Amino acid sequence: MIWNEEYETLPREALEALQLKRLQHLVERVYATVPFYKKKFDEAGVKPEDIKSLSDLRKLPFTTKQDLRDNYPFGLFAVPKEQVVRIHASSGTTGKPTVVGYTKRDIKTWAELMARTFQAAGVGKGDVLQNAYGYGLFTGGLGAHYGAELIGASVIPISGGNSKKQIMIMQDFGTTAISCTPSYALNLYEVAQEMGVDLKKLPVKVGVFGAEPWTNEMRKEIEEKWGIDAIDIYGLSEVIGPGVAFECLEAKNGMHINEDHFIVEIIDPETGEPLPYGEKGEIVFTTITKEAIPLIRYRTRDITRLIKEPCKCGRTFVRMEKVMGRSDDMLIIRGVNVFPSQIESILMETKGILPHYLIVVDRENNLDTMEVLVEVSEEFFSDEIKKLQALEKSIEKNIKEIIGITAKVRLVEPKTIERSQGKAKRVIDKRSL
Amino acid sequence: MKITQISIFIENQSGRLWEVCNILGENGINIRALSLADTSDFGILRLIVNDPEKAYNILKENEFTVGKTDVIAVEVPDKPGGLAQILKILRDNNINVEYMYAFVERSGEEAIMIFRFDETEKAIEALNNNGIKTLKGEEIYKL
Repeated sequence: MIWNEEYETLPREALEALQLKRLQHLVERVYATVPFYKKKFDEAGVKPEDIKSLSDLRKLPFTTKQDLRDNYPFGLFAVPKEQVVRIHASSGTTGKPTVVGYTKRDIKTWAELMARTFQAAGVGKGDVLQNAYGYGLFTGGLGAHYGAELIGASVIPISGGNSKKQIMIMQDFGTTAISCTPSYALNLYEVAQEMGVDLKKLPVKVGVFGAEPWTNEMRKEIEEKWGIDAIDIYGLSEVIGPGVAFECLEAKNGMHINEDHFIVEIIDPETGEPLPYGEKGEIVFTTITKEAIPLIRYRTRDITRLIKEPCKCGRTFVRMEKVMGRSDDMLIIRGVNVFPSQIESILMETKGILPHYLIVVDRENNLDTMEVLVEVSEEFFSDEIKKLQALEKSIEKNIKEIIGITAKVRLVEPKTIERSQGKAKRVIDKRSL
Repeated sequence: MKITQISIFIENQSGRLWEVCNILGENGINIRALSLADTSDFGILRLIVNDPEKAYNILKENEFTVGKTDVIAVEVPDKPGGLAQILKILRDNNINVEYMYAFVERSGEEAIMIFRFDETEKAIEALNNNGIKTLKGEEIYKL
């Protein structure tokens, strides 16, 4: 199901013409209204009138998360404060939060993009959507909320947490679709089990999951445990929130990027050079319709790949693969690029569940070493030494086969790997270079 | 007769073994027999205790990785060739011993060995058919 047939299936040529027109307009506007951009463009020696084709985009400088922090809270806003009707912010785990604003039109655009997202997941009028993304400064909850209301679904704004109540409401209100983070979906499954509720017997048919990186193995696990389709979505508050890109139910293979609102590039995270389609690199967005806080070539740090082949759903937008990790998480071990998410997939495949783990990188005799600590849960435990050793060996073998480097796997006791309140810390790099 | 063995995953760190035994002791659990199998990184402590259910729950509450396994306890004649006689029965029936360990102490004419087999039922049957007594859980826990 396509929400906005006209734009979502726009022929490539028309789409690119639209992008260029919007980009030129944007560049003129930020140059005139945001001193930060004027200064950056001047330093790079580029004027708005230099943008004559889409490929001129690369003449423009990048914008980074640090730029948002340096201009905290409202320095990058391109409209007067009285036109800003909503303010959101990221969690700010590593410093001041990054603040973003929305005009009335931005909110409308955002709702439209999330309406596309839900419709692509098969959620429509008549559906009961339990929205378990957090409401508040975080963009997930309200972003999903407005989009689902726009398509006419019945929205339950339950927000995150309170898991027993989530299950009760799911049973009593006839929830047909759920939106939350994928790890919370697995959490809810455990709570349902404790309550003796079989999620497969409930009318829930689809889950719209995002806000954190997850693997295809995790998708399979959720789909089996819940008896639903699990759809991946992508977004980040700096760009707009959820609704930047979404999977379709027909293909479940890569997320369609809303290219009429965002121009996408893949760059080499080291050199900043644009990479051709299909190559793995950092995804960069230029928001061509946002009014309150438009961003030019915003570096997401997310590593992925673009898929240009047309999708069977009929949408013409280019797709992005699941995010494989972040450029700041990428490890180079003996010259090989390694992402924690790859280790995660291997661990999940081993037993069907994801244990807590920690990757420790060190250097011995000028050679990088990698050790993977894996917490032994009851699913992993055996009273026989040889079975535990076989488990270590099989993980080591898979790492060697899939990533191509030799790692040592060490089983450790539960809860010995430090837990964090926010994003899990997966890597300790002891190398001093 | 099957009896319940508790097994605990322990990292090779000083003090961990003490912690397990201390928690059990403080909760009035008496250890009847034990064996510790280890590698360079970790070990598995296997225990026969007077109240396996309680021990299991207490260890779980204290966030140890703990498992329950069926093992069998066999009375072995306390004389030269006593154990060999038992092992012969197992060999003749193609039964493989995963691991075994001796009971800590018992005064009398029989020693007690704990066996873990991959095919527990088949092992019990073979031993019983050859006149070897396997002990019930209650007998062992109360010893």
